[in-house]
Amino acid sequence: MVQARGADGMRRAQMAGTGRGGVTGTRSVCAARVPRIRHLPVLLPLMLAACGDARDGIFFAAGPVAEAQRAHFFYILGWMAVAILPIFVALPFVLWRYRYGRGRGRYAPEWESQRLLETVFWAVPVVIVVALGVMLWRQTIRLDPYMPLGPDPMTVEVVAMDWKFLFLYPEEGVASVNTLTVPAGRPLRFVLTSATVMQSFVVPRLGGQIYAMGGMVTELNLQADAPGVFRGQNTQYNGEGFAQQKFEMTAMAPDAFDAWLARTRADAPPLTPEVWQSLDTRATADPAVYSAYPPGLFGRVVDTTLGTGSHHGGAGQ
Amino acid sequence: MLGALDWQAIVFVRAWRDPSASELIGAAAGGLAVTGALAAVVLLSVFRLWRPLWSGWLTSLDHKKIGIMYIVLSLVMLLRAVIEAALMRLHQLVAVGQGGPLSPEHFAQLFSTHGTIMIFFMAMPLLTGIINYVMPLQIGARDVSFPLLNAISLALTAAGAALVMVSLVIGRFSTGGWSGYATYTELAYSMGEGVDYWIWAVTLSSLGSTLSGLNFAVTIYKKRCPGMTLFRMPLFCWTTLCTSILMIFAMAPLTAATVMLALDRYAGFHFFTNDAGGNMMNYANLFWLFGHPEVYILILPAFGVYSEVFATFSGKTLYGYRALVFATMCIAVLSFTVWLHHFFTMGQSANINAVFGIATMTIGIPTGVKVYEWLMTMVRGRIRLTTPMLFAVTFLVTFVLGGLTGILLANPTIDFSVHNSLFLVAHFHNMLIPGLLFGMIAAVQVWFPKAFGFRLHEGWGVAGFVCWVAGFYLAFMPLYALGLMGAMRRTSQWARPEYGPWLAVALLGAVLVLGGVFCLAMQLFVSIRRRKELAVPVGDPWDGRTLEWACPAPPPEWNFTVIPKVASGDAFTVMKREGRAYEMPDDIEDIEMPANSAVAPVICVASVATGFAVTWHIWWLAVLGLAAGWGAVIARSFVLDTKRRIPAATLRASHAAWLDRLRRTVPVSRAGETDPRNDGLAEHGA
Repeated sequence: MVQARGADGMRRAQMAGTGRGGVTGTRSVCAARVPRIRHLPVLLPLMLAACGDARDGIFFAAGPVAEAQRAHFFYILGWMAVAILPIFVALPFVLWRYRYGRGRGRYAPEWESQRLLETVFWAVPVVIVVALGVMLWRQTIRLDPYMPLGPDPMTVEVVAMDWKFLFLYPEEGVASVNTLTVPAGRPLRFVLTSATVMQSFVVPRLGGQIYAMGGMVTELNLQADAPGVFRGQNTQYNGEGFAQQKFEMTAMAPDAFDAWLARTRADAPPLTPEVWQSLDTRATADPAVYSAYPPGLFGRVVDTTLGTGSHHGGAGQ
Repeated sequence: MLGALDWQAIVFVRAWRDPSASELIGAAAGGLAVTGALAAVVLLSVFRLWRPLWSGWLTSLDHKKIGIMYIVLSLVMLLRAVIEAALMRLHQLVAVGQGGPLSPEHFAQLFSTHGTIMIFFMAMPLLTGIINYVMPLQIGARDVSFPLLNAISLALTAAGAALVMVSLVIGRFSTGGWSGYATYTELAYSMGEGVDYWIWAVTLSSLGSTLSGLNFAVTIYKKRCPGMTLFRMPLFCWTTLCTSILMIFAMAPLTAATVMLALDRYAGFHFFTNDAGGNMMNYANLFWLFGHPEVYILILPAFGVYSEVFATFSGKTLYGYRALVFATMCIAVLSFTVWLHHFFTMGQSANINAVFGIATMTIGIPTGVKVYEWLMTMVRGRIRLTTPMLFAVTFLVTFVLGGLTGILLANPTIDFSVHNSLFLVAHFHNMLIPGLLFGMIAAVQVWFPKAFGFRLHEGWGVAGFVCWVAGFYLAFMPLYALGLMGAMRRTSQWARPEYGPWLAVALLGAVLVLGGVFCLAMQLFVSIRRRKELAVPVGDPWDGRTLEWACPAPPPEWNFTVIPKVASGDAFTVMKREGRAYEMPDDIEDIEMPANSAVAPVICVASVATGFAVTWHIWWLAVLGLAAGWGAVIARSFVLDTKRRIPAATLRASHAAWLDRLRRTVPVSRAGETDPRNDGLAEHGA
């Protein structure tokens, strides 16, 4: 894992070099400071301000799904405030007014029910839950992860492995490990399976998350609105290398993406059966791109994991 | 002879061969466990306590003593699991951007034991202990319906806990988390003894809880005193009833899931494997079919405690009793209809997610009603903000926040983005710490004087409250933020410096929580030392409203000299108002109480042996253990003389002594509640 961390640092360094963000530079400054725990109280506010790339998750939505999730989040907060705020307001008042000894409130030890109040107490949560329930239904159907976000989505096949993600581009014919490059502004259709245990694939800033399971295929439709670099990871614990099973997803403008494709096809090595063999072990992996991969690999992974495929050749052959 | 066991398995040997920080920490933990056990043995020997321990506690079938043993077990396990939590946070903080002290595998064991212990060996025994102690007293019974079964439930739970403790010294524990998700926990991906330890510990505990549930439910149905209709029961008994029903139905899927997983691992079955027709989705379904009702098994008893606390410490009857009962029942029923929200992200259709999402939010309705009813219970009362009430009031505020994030998570769309993240971790701690732990601590504060005859020290109680609450907020509010920033649970290290400050705050919180545990221990220590001035022999230190306060503190083995008759709710309040609370009954008769039995301790030892043997594939020991356990049960079935007769004269003498003590006691008003003056006799109408 020391190796993987090293690679992580190197990749960042390269990114800073290619000018993909002053943000990355700031991050390394923070990294130098953090281990000094005794400075934390002083540095805390400073660091919060300095570390600009705390931006992650749906609050920093970078695609339509995450944007809808964020809006839904605040919609719920708003309705819930109706139920919750009265409690926060009333509780201190009640505690003060009815305190033992000097409280001004009337003492009525037998008072146990009042019809109007009871009705209100049941009605308010019911109304809120109905309102939220309608919204829940609509949003859940609208943001169905299986639903394409538009015409002509680009398909990426995701093979969750221990402890890495293999990305296959069936239409483009290229592949990558622990790094994902996609065009911005175009719907993305992720088709997922697992070569090992159950895992969960997420790119928080795009929203959405779905399990990848052996012998099964799930789907997740996302989209990045603009070019950018987003973090993605496995969220389901799957062994020692779990903490390293992360990747960066780079969304590029369409022509930049085409150029990346051309570069990858020309320069990167192919994903040969030997490469597959080395990937198909329980180990972390450095990011890598491949110019080609054996056609039908994804389907064979599904079959092999399910136990219905060839038991001797392995998925790569 | 010793199956898969060899010297390498012992933590000290491992640390000797590979003295890395991680192994040394493991060895230190193992050392602490061994030292603790040895210290207990030495102390028991030095003070010659083995015989009293055996005849007074281990073989006793008294529900009160069994309850106390449950609570002792849970507090020991609480200490371990809190230390583990603090250690994990420390590791994560140090590990930001570099390597931490723990190996990833060790870290995974920690989060697995932390969760497993907190749910199965802290929360469950704690609430089972409180129920055991309080519920029979509240319904005016002398014991539970099946006293021996009660002891056996404790034996099974303790055996499970012992297995988890043994794994600290011999071998390793599971790395699959408290939920033990297949396929990761299948043999192909988790070799070795770890998952097996988890399987057998959890299986034993789930069997114990199933039996407890049956016992409690039958007790409530059959052993209520004359006049105690269901709707005159204290609310704690209602929540106990609901929890018991949930235990009966919800533990079974867990037992099934762990046994099926065991069959996969031991006998080559394919229930949850990737291949040969197995499917891990079935595991997720079975586990959460248990797991979600489990949440309410954990929370409902605390709801009951809070209901009693709000009423008692506001000097007022519970507001909306019927609504609270209906709400409790609603929650109990609905809790079986929402399990799928634990895996919205498993790829099922949007319609299914929507149905379960709405079902989940529906639980918010009765829960919301409860919060309002508790608030109204304080209205027109006279609120005394002593330790239990402080916990209860804090619970209201904190639980509402947790409910808010719960409603957020109930929405599949939101859940898709924060599933498995620290946001989720923050949410369920936000529910379970106020909704279970605070309630149980409050319960200990309230009923300790009943159980031991003296109050707990108020100052240390408040100090503990401050530590717990501050610790909770500091430890878990940052986790909400971290979760929204993409930090996922069970992650041993992050390369993201911006997490550092949040983790530091969370660590501070964890340390404060440890301080809370320390305060509890100090409170106990100080209270024992000052037990004379804190004594409440008359037995009613809080101007209680329910029957458990109508007997001395501590209550005699038989609880009530004669079984009380009630004609309303708040039975003891009415008795006090009508001047019938402290009378000499004229119809005292001989009674029979269950005689001591060695069956439960035998089953406990046999279960530990069997569980350990099966974990390490020591088959002869497994056979021996099973034979011993079942042998004890069969042997017991030939014992005809299982009761002990207590003559009426003894009862009369005991009751007279209590009344005599009472006559010499000065009643105190509520202003003197925490004074040395409070000897457990409440002044009327004050």
